[in-house]
Amino acid sequence: MNEIQFCLLLAVALFSIGIYGLLTRRNAIGILLSIELMANAVNINLVAFSRVHGGAAGQVFALFAIALTVAEVAIGLGLVILMARTRKSINVDEARDLHG
Amino acid sequence: MSALEILGLSLLALFVLAGALGTVLSKNLVHSVLWLALALVATAGIYVRLTAGFLAGAQVLLYAGGVITLAIFAVMLSARIEGGPIPNESAKRGRGALVALAVAGLFGGVLLQADVLAPRDLPVVDAADIGRSFLGEYVLPFEVLSVLLVAAMIGAIVIARREDP
Repeated sequence: MNEIQFCLLLAVALFSIGIYGLLTRRNAIGILLSIELMANAVNINLVAFSRVHGGAAGQVFALFAIALTVAEVAIGLGLVILMARTRKSINVDEARDLHG
Repeated sequence: MSALEILGLSLLALFVLAGALGTVLSKNLVHSVLWLALALVATAGIYVRLTAGFLAGAQVLLYAGGVITLAIFAVMLSARIEGGPIPNESAKRGRGALVALAVAGLFGGVLLQADVLAPRDLPVVDAADIGRSFLGEYVLPFEVLSVLLVAAMIGAIVIARREDP
């Protein structure tokens, strides 16, 4: 097993842990943190492949991904605060207004 | 890879996985955020090992600096509004673990069979190359990204502000 394969396997483990958190966490902040883990796994993949492929493209895309994730987190946490303010709870199971 | 390199990389991977597991398993939400910080900083170490130094810096600055601070703020604000510590229990663990293991088995199995190329002796991509790519080949996405960041910033303020002035 070489360095690249090791990093790709690490990314798989990280992504799976993120999925576990995404499915089991019940409060909105925990879910956002799990999404961070999954985005981070994708970035490791991008950088690992750019190490094999050469050129700046892989790292540039990883930087784009990081910036997009930061924007997503800012919006997501804004929504969490709004939810806490309107419902007095950030448990996602209680936000069922659109459930019908 | 020499033995020392393998040891270093394994240690970093151990920190990443410990941080990730702490994030999804901790009973305390603030501890979850701090475990995530560990995972993200250790990931920056992985980037350094993959000769992506600039990206490691950006990772520490944006993720470990920005995202973690934002998350801590959100935890404190919503805990104050809720009036007490936020419950951080997990539910439906069995099903979550099943899906996670299925994903890990699928991707991991494919990856172990795949013929992954070894890292070659390519010229290291430094910050100057990344800057040239951003303002050359990828200048349009770069500018769109700045518009998106402004929109996200304004959106976050509008969403989270108090209604009564």
